[in-house]
Formats: sequence, C-alpha cells, structure tokens
Amino acid sequence: MAVAELTSRGDVTIKNLSKSYSINGRHLNVLQGVSNHIRAGESLAIVGASGSGKTTLLRVLAGLEDADRGEVLIDGQAVHGVGKDRAVIFQEPRLLPWLTVLDNVAFPLENRGLKKAEARARARHYVQLVGLGEFTEALPSQLSGGMAQRVGIARALAVKPEILLLDEPFGALDAMTKITMQEELARIWREEKVTMILVTHDLEEAVYLADRVLILGKEKGGRTREIDVDLPRPRNRSEAGFVKLREQLLNEFGLH
Amino acid sequence: MTLETEQQALPGFGQIPFWQSRPVREAAAIVRGFLSRYALLIAFAVLWQISPSLGWTNAAVLPPLNTILVALWNGVTVGTFSGDILISLRRAGLAFGAAVSLGIPLGLFMGQVRFIERSLDPILQLFRQTSALALYPVFILLLGLGETSKVFVIFWATLFPILLATIGGVKQVDPKLIEMARVYGAKRLTVFRRVVLPAALPQIFVGLRLSATTSLLLLIAAEMIGANSGIGFQVMNAQYNFQIPLMFAAILLLALLGLSANFILETLQARLCRWSKVKD
Ligand SMILES: Nc1ncnc2c1ncn2[C@@H]1O[C@H](COP(=O)(O)OP(=O)(O)OP(=O)(O)O)[C@@H](O)[C@H]1O
Ligand SMILES: [Mg+2]
Repeated sequence: MAVAELTSRGDVTIKNLSKSYSINGRHLNVLQGVSNHIRAGESLAIVGASGSGKTTLLRVLAGLEDADRGEVLIDGQAVHGVGKDRAVIFQEPRLLPWLTVLDNVAFPLENRGLKKAEARARARHYVQLVGLGEFTEALPSQLSGGMAQRVGIARALAVKPEILLLDEPFGALDAMTKITMQEELARIWREEKVTMILVTHDLEEAVYLADRVLILGKEKGGRTREIDVDLPRPRNRSEAGFVKLREQLLNEFGLH
Repeated sequence: MTLETEQQALPGFGQIPFWQSRPVREAAAIVRGFLSRYALLIAFAVLWQISPSLGWTNAAVLPPLNTILVALWNGVTVGTFSGDILISLRRAGLAFGAAVSLGIPLGLFMGQVRFIERSLDPILQLFRQTSALALYPVFILLLGLGETSKVFVIFWATLFPILLATIGGVKQVDPKLIEMARVYGAKRLTVFRRVVLPAALPQIFVGLRLSATTSLLLLIAAEMIGANSGIGFQVMNAQYNFQIPLMFAAILLLALLGLSANFILETLQARLCRWSKVKD
C-alpha cells in the first residue's frame, strides 16, 4: 500500500472530446466538447440519460474507440489505443469460458510477458482479494453472476492499472449482491489507490462510490454538470447527507 | 460415508442386511445404469437371434446373430476381411485426413476475413448442394477408375461439413471476448490462439463428426460402384453370391467402424472441450 502511495499516477485529462456517429445517414453528435480533469486516485462517476454517450466516452478513454476531435492525456501523455495503464471492467464479466478462474485472471498478465508461474501467483493473490480463494480452479460456467463479475474485477486489478474504467459493472446483479459488491469495490479502491471512472445508471451507486459525479447532458450543446460528493467514507446510505445528495442528483434529471 | 456414521451413532440397530451394504448398492447402481442404456440394444440382439428359430423370420434372408458372428470371425481370420478393412480404412482415412487438413485451416482463415468469406460463400453453397455421388462419374472421367477417383469423391463430400462448420465456429465467436482480450494486451496471434480457436473448437468437432460419418457413407457408395476390394465391395459381392451371413457380417463391420470413429472423436472432444456443454 505504501508503495502505491508514492507512485500517485493515473491523472486523466479529457480535452474537448467530440465524437459523432452516422446512423442510416443521419448525423448524431454523441460527445460534444467534453472536458474534465480527474486527479490521480480520484473516483469519478459518470451518469446521464440513456444514449447520452457514457459508454462512448468510456470506450474512448479505454482506447477502444477514437474521438473525432479532442484528446485524452494520461499523466500528461496523449493516449492512442489500449494500454497497460488502463483496465476495463465491463458490464458483463467477459470471462473466457475455457479457462479456470485463476487462468482468466492470469491471462492479461501472460499477455504482458509475465512468466506463467509468476502470472498465476499474482492472479491467485487477486482472486483471494475478491473473496474467491476457494474457486481458483472453477470454470466460469460454475460461478454465479456476482462471482463471475468479481473475477472480472480481480482480472482488472491484477494488471495493477493506474486507471480503472467501469461500465455499469453491477447493472446485471440483484440488489443485495450489488450492495455487497459496491462495498467491496469501495474498499479495494481505497486499498489499491487507483483512479476510478465509473459509468452507472444507478444514482445511489454514484453517490456511494464517487468523489465527484459528472452528468452528461443529452440535449443540444452537450452541456455537462458536476456534483461534488463531500461525504466521509465509508459511506452510509441512510445518513441524511447521503440521502440529500441522492435527491439532488434525481432533481438534476427532473425526477424526485 | 453417511451410512457408516449412522451405523456408529445408532448401535442398537445392529448389522444392516448385506444387500443394503455399500458395495452391493454401488454394483446395483452400475448394473442399473448399464441396463437403462443398453437394455433395448440387448433386446434387439436377442430378438434377432431367436426370431428365425421361432419361425417369425426367414433364416435364409435374416440369419440369426450367431451365424453372422461366425461369418465375421471366419471372414477376418480365414477370409479377406482384414485386407478389406485396411483398404477401406486407407481410402476413407486419406480422404478424411486431406479434407480435415484443408478444411480446418481454410475455415479458420475464411471465418476471420469477411470479404473472402462473402465472395466464396455462393460457390461453396453450390458445390455443397451438388451431390458428390452425382459427381462421381465426372471424377472417374477425369481421374480414372482407380484409387484416385474413389479417394477424391470421398474427400469432396467430406470437405464441406468440416469447412462450413469451422467457418461457422469462427464467425460466432463473441466479439466482446475479442475486445476484452485486446483491452488486456493480447496481440493478434494471441487473440487467435487463445480466444478464436478455443471458441470455435466445439463447432469444429461437430464438423469433424459429420465429416467422419460422410466419409464412411461415401466410402461404401464408391466401393459398391466400382471396386473389387474393400468392405463396401464385400457387402455387394456377398449379396451377388448369396452369402447372406457374410453380407451381414460386412454390414456389421461397417457399423462398428462408424461407431469407433465417433467414439474416438467424442473422446477427443471431451478432453479438448471440457468447458463446453455442447453435446451435438
Ligand atoms: N458503434 C456505434 N455506431 C453508431 N452509433 C453508435 C455506436 N455506439 C453508440 N452509438 C450511438 O451513440 C449514442 C450514445 O451511445 P452510448 O452507448 O454511449 O450511450 P450510453 O450513455 O452508454 O447509454 P446507456 O445508458 O443506454 O448505456 C447512442 O445514440 C447510440 O445510438
Ligand atoms: Mg452504455
């Protein structure tokens, strides 16, 4: 932990990002001049109506998609394509069904040139970290949805990324599992000191996990707004300040 | 295990009867499993054996099983069966081997390159829909009546199931998994070796089994039409000479060949695709 604190990298600057798609000949501006700065070790939640470009923004940050204009800087360097400084936790676990839990977590490590034994040793540590120490040799088909998603988290953490990108990671889970996973993610984020950028539909999740919430507007102009979540951690969902912030976010969407 | 602890916990109940003891119950379970799987097959064999002597069937046309087995034994030990088996295996094996070593690499390639797959698909469909047997006269015309045309017609029919299954297997690989692999640092070759290939493997095995069945089917047809050796020839030849038990012996041999081919492929599939529950 102490080592991680010394190397506080993972500072993200989003500069005037624009991206459009054309669907059936119609031009669709998805991102229009989005800018932001996420400090190393900060936790940012991105919320917004469906189709507001949250996934698109995250995919540009991951390097899976190129922006039309603007750029992304990580620790001052412009990024092109995927890179080992970033790890993605997808909405679905995306595990390789023919590999055991341990081998799934070791997969990225082997791709990065670690020796098989070394990769497996490190993978084992992270599988234990997400509480699946007894399932290292299980196949993905033998896991529940929540367990599979935890393997996806272990896989992302094992590469020791500077930046963790999450796209509705718990969207498919039941309410109880979801809360447990959010608590685990909050703990891991504190321990690993990574920068976290979390796309979510769930406003409570945003308030629970984020230091700051970025709201992507869908309407013309692509106006973005921000709300600071100035609450002590670990957070309590029923505490007055928490409830108030959640309501404030709801109001941002014209709901209550 | 639970049984033993129960016994110790309740000594008053005394010795359990031996037919409830664990080895006996396990043996019973094995016998039950065997019967539920093979009872009908055994009944069929018994029926075949006894119906001529009961006058239900004509022994000259449907000889009892024991005469067929004797004919098979004699055919292998005294007759030419072992030679025929080798010849047939060589024909089918050569054709199957060639089809697999062309079909799988070509399918892996075509499945990944959309443009090539799209432009080759119409002609593949045309070839596939044209019965290989209908083309046999053409192959004979081009390649002569010897071994080459026989092996080629089997090869031709065997190629398409494995080729199309491999293409299908590669095309249905989940693009989300490929994207995941890219995010996590996999290069093109790694993506192919560790994502595309394993994902396509169950489909490839479906193709392999189809191709193996096809190769035996075409083998028999080719040997019946223009050969003077091989198991297919022996079936026809025995029928001409009215050696009915011998004919059935040759047919039985073919069935055994098909079963063992399928068994080998199933075993291989079970080992290589342990993760997959696809059974067909
Ligand atoms: N590959 C693509 N091709 C064409 N249009 C796309 C593509 N990806 C996204 N879009 C369009 O971009 C818009 C934003 O999509 P995006 O997936 O970023 O939304 P989102 O905010 O993640 O929505 P949701 O909350 O429903 O996941 C949508 O209108 C979608 O139709
Ligand atoms: Mg989305």
